Amino acid sequence: MAIKGKVFKYGNNVDTDVIIPARYLNTTDKKELASHCMEDIDKSFISRVKKGDIIVAGDNFGCGSSREHAPIAIKECGISLVIAKDFARIFYRNAINIGLPIIESKEAAMEIKDGDDVECDLEKGIITNHTGNKEYKITPFPAFIQKIIKAGGLVEAVNSGMINRNDGESDK
Amino acid sequence: MKDMTAMTMTQKILASHAGTKSVNAGDLILCNTDMVLGNDITSPFAIHEFSKIKGSGVFNKNKISLVMDHFVPNKDIKAAQQSKACREFACNEGISNFFDCGAMGVEHALLPEKGLVTAGDLVIGADSHTCTYGALGAFSTGVGSTDMAVAMSTGKVWFKVPSAIKFILKGQPGRWISGKDIILNIIGKIGVSGALYKSMEFTGQGLKNLTMSDRLCMANMAVEAGAKNGIFDADDSTLEFLKEAGAKKPAIFSADKDAVYEKVYEIDMGEIKPTVAFPHLPENAKTFDEFGEIKIDQVVIGSCTNGRLQDLIQAAEIMKGRHVAKWLRVIVIPATQKIYIQAMEMGLLKIFIEAGCAVSTPTCGPCLGGHMGILADGEKAVATTNRNFVGRMGHPGSEVYLAGPAVAAASSITGRITSPYELCK
Repeated sequence: MAIKGKVFKYGNNVDTDVIIPARYLNTTDKKELASHCMEDIDKSFISRVKKGDIIVAGDNFGCGSSREHAPIAIKECGISLVIAKDFARIFYRNAINIGLPIIESKEAAMEIKDGDDVECDLEKGIITNHTGNKEYKITPFPAFIQKIIKAGGLVEAVNSGMINRNDGESDK
Repeated sequence: MKDMTAMTMTQKILASHAGTKSVNAGDLILCNTDMVLGNDITSPFAIHEFSKIKGSGVFNKNKISLVMDHFVPNKDIKAAQQSKACREFACNEGISNFFDCGAMGVEHALLPEKGLVTAGDLVIGADSHTCTYGALGAFSTGVGSTDMAVAMSTGKVWFKVPSAIKFILKGQPGRWISGKDIILNIIGKIGVSGALYKSMEFTGQGLKNLTMSDRLCMANMAVEAGAKNGIFDADDSTLEFLKEAGAKKPAIFSADKDAVYEKVYEIDMGEIKPTVAFPHLPENAKTFDEFGEIKIDQVVIGSCTNGRLQDLIQAAEIMKGRHVAKWLRVIVIPATQKIYIQAMEMGLLKIFIEAGCAVSTPTCGPCLGGHMGILADGEKAVATTNRNFVGRMGHPGSEVYLAGPAVAAASSITGRITSPYELCK
């Protein structure tokens, strides 16, 4: 999917309870989860979001629960990228594991505004803010994580032989 | 002699599970897991991902625990479908540690009680509060469903080796002060991202003054400071606890004397006062001299943070012979069946029920706004749980104030947020 769209801007500590409230965790239906995405922080988000749009936020994005439902809901509703100053660690690995692009960039997270037109080229490592006429260079992921991303997620990486099966003999 | 890197407790456990002598902060490593945990919310996704992985079956039937605790006893048809999927998977794969309604408890109270985690273990769980087992001297941390699926299949999980913050505990906590007051105080100090990606390592002379319940509560909330894990030095209390639980032989890892810590905090537990975290972040910690009267609508005493026997004993001491305030609902949830029986035999449940509390079978229910105590718009609750985000216990317009069992019990009697010292000396 092309990473190009309008920005939805949020503040610090956007937690997984507001990304997808626990009252909706009684399903694994991705479309249903997506229909409640960001409901408790921004009621109009789901009616406004379009394919390719981008979320930009402050510190500690995705803090709280380990629910993978959070990055799944974000990805499924059409968001192509999340940019934040930094991410809570479980959300960070969940996003990588399910193939939702995320970028840590303090500068971009601070300067990009709500409603800006933003584009990102992950290969070249550049975020372009067309509204603000500014480019940001992205620090590349470590090689190990790049491999997961390239495979399309952790399950795909395992199936391509990246992680070998433990023989289960570590009972000692 | 080889020049070895000085390591923290956490780094030593990670190195031992990566099959290497030493690791450095920032290294990306692949580790073997001793236990993989999931619940009725996170396991269904994991089971779905698991089915896509090439190869057959789980890596080890005894090293996976599935606990049906979040929406159990099932709150609706969809929740029942999710439990059913977990049950069928556990049955087909021959998972030995499957805990269903009637046997289950809140997962992070249950696993230590059942002896399923020991010191030196590496545990991952598709639940953020998996960090609880750091109280036992284990490395344990929360992951998502895909990590859980891959770990169920391969027994392995990838990690970035964390740096660490050290907390040196000193002094003796006061009469009504528990682990909850101490950890809320610490999170208030460092903030909800104060330990982001890092380990919180707890050590010091004061450790001997903390019960295992206090430590489990504190390690449980390490994630609320953004930490990868919280871990305590294992001591005689730890070993006694593990022995009683029938856990396998512990492996004790201590930090090297010259291990590098990004920050070191000294905490005098003797100075800590009853602490309450205000909406909507656990870092909004306040003591009673910092706020006035706050009327409440509900109290919840339970959860993986504070549903242990010690918590119920403390709450019952305050509630005994008293009655819950008018217009207030108080819900008490022993965290496991064993705790339920102990509380029954000790007469605690009678004290709660006579005081006007609702006492429930174990469940995570109200903590995450699932069921068994949902708040309406504008309502306020004092809860011994671990999160007070917007909408956490129900309506997005409701508010959760986090506190220990003593504050929760005192507030139950008065109907406003109350210090235990106001009712008992």
